[in-house]
Amino acid sequence: MSTAPTKTKPVEERRNVVILFAGDSGDGIQLTGSQFTDSSALFGNDVSTFPNFPAEIRAPQGTLAGVSGFQLHFGSVEVWTPGDQCDVLVVMNAAALKANLIKLKKGGAIIANTDGFDKKNLRLAGYIDEADPLTDGSLSEYALHSVDVTKMTRAALEGLTLGMKEKDRCKNMFVLGFINWMYSRGMENSERFLHQKFAKKPDLLEANLRALKAGYHFGDTSETFTTRFEVKPAPMPKGSYRSITGNQGTALGLIAAAQKAKLDLFYGSYPITPASDILHELSRHKNFGVVTFQAEDEIAAISSAIGASYGGAIGITASSGPGIALKTEAMGLAFMLEIPLVIVNVQRGGPSTGLPTKTEQADLWQAVFGRNGEAPIPVIAASTPIDCFDMAFEAVQIAIEHMTPVILLTDGYIANGAEPWRFPQSRDLPEIVPPTVVASGDVAGARRTMADVHDASGKFLPYIRDERGVRPWALPGQPGLQHRIGGIEKEHKTGNISYEPKNHELMVRLRAEKVARIADRFKSIRLDSGPPEGDAIIVGWGSTYGAIRTAALELQAEGHSVAHVHIRHMFPFNRDLGPLLKKYKQVLVPEMNSGQLRQMLRAEFLVDAQGLNKIQGLPFTSAEIKEAVLNLMKR
Amino acid sequence: MSAVNGTVAPEKIDYSSDQEVRWCPGCGDYSILKQVQTLLEQSGKKKEEVVFISGIGCSSRFPYYLDTYGLHGIHGRAPAIVSGLRSVRPDLSVWMITGDGDALSIGGNHIIHLLRRNVDVNVLLFNNEIYGLTKGQYSPTSPEGAVTRSTPMGSTDHPFNPLALVKGADGTFIARSMDRDPKHMREVLARADAHRGTSLVEIYQNCNVFNDGAFEVFTEKANKPANTLFVEQGKPLTFANGTKGICIKEMKPRIIDIGPDFSPNDCWIHDERDNFKASILVRLFDDPNHEGAFPRPFGVFYVNERATHEEKLQAQVKRAKEAKGLGDLDALLKGEHTWVIE
Ligand SMILES: Cc1ncc(C[n+]2csc(CCOP(=O)(O)OP(=O)(O)O)c2C)c(N)n1
Ligand code: SF4
Repeated sequence: MSTAPTKTKPVEERRNVVILFAGDSGDGIQLTGSQFTDSSALFGNDVSTFPNFPAEIRAPQGTLAGVSGFQLHFGSVEVWTPGDQCDVLVVMNAAALKANLIKLKKGGAIIANTDGFDKKNLRLAGYIDEADPLTDGSLSEYALHSVDVTKMTRAALEGLTLGMKEKDRCKNMFVLGFINWMYSRGMENSERFLHQKFAKKPDLLEANLRALKAGYHFGDTSETFTTRFEVKPAPMPKGSYRSITGNQGTALGLIAAAQKAKLDLFYGSYPITPASDILHELSRHKNFGVVTFQAEDEIAAISSAIGASYGGAIGITASSGPGIALKTEAMGLAFMLEIPLVIVNVQRGGPSTGLPTKTEQADLWQAVFGRNGEAPIPVIAASTPIDCFDMAFEAVQIAIEHMTPVILLTDGYIANGAEPWRFPQSRDLPEIVPPTVVASGDVAGARRTMADVHDASGKFLPYIRDERGVRPWALPGQPGLQHRIGGIEKEHKTGNISYEPKNHELMVRLRAEKVARIADRFKSIRLDSGPPEGDAIIVGWGSTYGAIRTAALELQAEGHSVAHVHIRHMFPFNRDLGPLLKKYKQVLVPEMNSGQLRQMLRAEFLVDAQGLNKIQGLPFTSAEIKEAVLNLMKR
Repeated sequence: MSAVNGTVAPEKIDYSSDQEVRWCPGCGDYSILKQVQTLLEQSGKKKEEVVFISGIGCSSRFPYYLDTYGLHGIHGRAPAIVSGLRSVRPDLSVWMITGDGDALSIGGNHIIHLLRRNVDVNVLLFNNEIYGLTKGQYSPTSPEGAVTRSTPMGSTDHPFNPLALVKGADGTFIARSMDRDPKHMREVLARADAHRGTSLVEIYQNCNVFNDGAFEVFTEKANKPANTLFVEQGKPLTFANGTKGICIKEMKPRIIDIGPDFSPNDCWIHDERDNFKASILVRLFDDPNHEGAFPRPFGVFYVNERATHEEKLQAQVKRAKEAKGLGDLDALLKGEHTWVIE
């Protein structure tokens, strides 16, 4: 992408850069961040983002509680995390500076909107005696650039008939334009975005375009900025790319799988942060036979999905911790019915309502153990935004092919984070074959014929099992397959109600076996990096992937014998996971909880796994992980 | 053989399943089961097109006793299961069986949303004013003061008037019947079945074990005429063997004696399409033991045609397919902004 010809200022090359945009939640920070991300990705950089929202929708303006942040890491090298610390901190007001200064590298650049540092803002941000950090010298170890964004935006929009408030809303575009300049980006992508967004509002389009250009030219003409930077495209595998967030990935994975199974998709859900975007995304794709149902609560959401699966669609529901708690009883029902169902848990900080806008991985036990009776439900976990697509696809695949509810764990961090995605072609995705009963004739895959599912006397057996322990899916509307099922214990094969003691034990075992056998389909577990045996292995799951991978690669580069394995199948585990772990002297399990996976590994494989646990609603930095590994190896 | 929808259906289908019916001897549920079976047989429906969904409770065992498709769900959630099923399968005949505890206590939230959305399902609400399956605790329809196992000093809760609740949630078919009047029940069920949208039939059902005789004043010969009012479309509201009637005066219902002063023509003429009158009918809910109490109405109170929820959902899917074309997975995966790395 070309850059508009400008006055020449020297351009320095950087391998990777971390920018943190921060401002009041009304400042449009998320938009600036995601737009610059898009432009960087389009340019060919590898990117990773971390949007960080305030807990309140509209916390009082100018306060620390109201600070919204968007961290972006882009590089000409592979990028796996949004970055431990940032090179550039863009702050729209004093609170944004106060809240985020600790994340800035020593010597890093601060670009501050001076208008956000008036007495009121300083007081609200809690600067003692309203001391202005922009002028009192306290920021001397950083490269400080004070810019009156508000004034310059207003000046650029002079003559337009918009109100002052609307004009001031264009400040974020001024910033975007400026950052585009600073990192030698073209403006095409930003301009195209604005044309789309404001297609029906020409006056707002004009204003935003002007602000954007003003920001760009400011960089060019201002005396303060003597250098521009360039981050070359990353050496990414050849192919077509797009950018995707985790929640989008999940939604697309679900649709793709439903298409591959030739089934309609029914999505029942009740809004909750950070899962709602899955509902938003799915509801845009009704032409794929997607029915979305905003239920009255989470119990209705999952129950409706069960009803839809019973009817022959793939029923899906998603929520976050508190909503998942409500769905528990119905999960037990789906488990007993042995029908396909996917339950997505976009985890957030708990317990109870906890930290709704922050990330955590503390619902693992809830997923694996959290039901009455013995109700083992397969649990899989996504590790990156892209992986959300793959794991959502796999969740549907397992649910349908094994006639079971499946829980997919993601979390707020990857759900909202974005990365470039070399999207697959539909023909590369596997077909999914539902074990539905078909009239007769040649049947492919796992489908059953009528003859397979009736006893000698012609009685239909809804709970007859195949060699994988999977029962047939008999859809209403098919003659000769009438049957009654429910949550009450059922007799082996016939499915009739049965309280017979031995039968109950048999059924509990058969259901558990069926789920255990799902591990047969897993490919053997692969190290993410590192030697096949050695001093230490870092065992991760979920969204800690990037931080762990970065740490592991660095440790390996420094000559340490450290490997990294990332678990996607949380229950059942890959069969070869236990033997693998035993090949290392030390096992470290970093988790954003108090050690849930660690305990499961210890119980399952009798390994002396050690935990690195961070329970702050914040993702790990790779430095934290590196340090823990080094300490562990000293033992 | 008779032709239904162009296909040939057997004259009489046996809808009983091979499962032994396990309700207490004498339970009112038997009578309801019999009438439903009879109705299904008469309707000529194919067994495989019929689905019964239930919650939990004595009544919710119902699906096991019919040779159709059936799903015995979890307590109170049948409306949600039905909503999902219906959303993807508008072709089936769906019935929902629920009790007063199931529908109005634990499932209170779901039932009002089922009604408001107007999902096409025939809901049979077995009201026995008690929890049967858990052995005799008071339910949300038990009268205040009811002495039960959990309320030895009498219940302190004010009960729901179920049909007023249904009306409040904009139910499109509202009716009441009783286990002891099979013919009436069958007629009402047939009407419910014919209705498109949520048909809710409250059925007074005797739990002879934990709440025997709760509806005696309405169901037994001796009391029935004085305490019950059978509404029929286009007919005057009369009761007590035609000796009394109900008229509307100054927007209020009043009981009148039919004789020298009033003829049946002076009575309120039942019109099940009348939203306003239906609101009054469901409110005729007096304690029959009170002096001057209104009789309790039975029959079809209200019918309103309104698009069903699944019709609207499916129409959106259809419209989306027309507007955007059948979903093209590759286009979806590609998204709007892509770039190529060579
Ligand atoms: C979640 C849950 N809570 C409680 C119960 C216990 N329970 C089963 S049936 C029932 C009440 C049933 O009463 P009603 O709906 O009036 O049906 P009936 O048995 O009278 O037909 C209760 C409380 C349950 N099965 N599930
Ligand atoms: S307990 Fe009551 S409602 Fe339940 S089966 Fe017995 S009589 Fe019927």
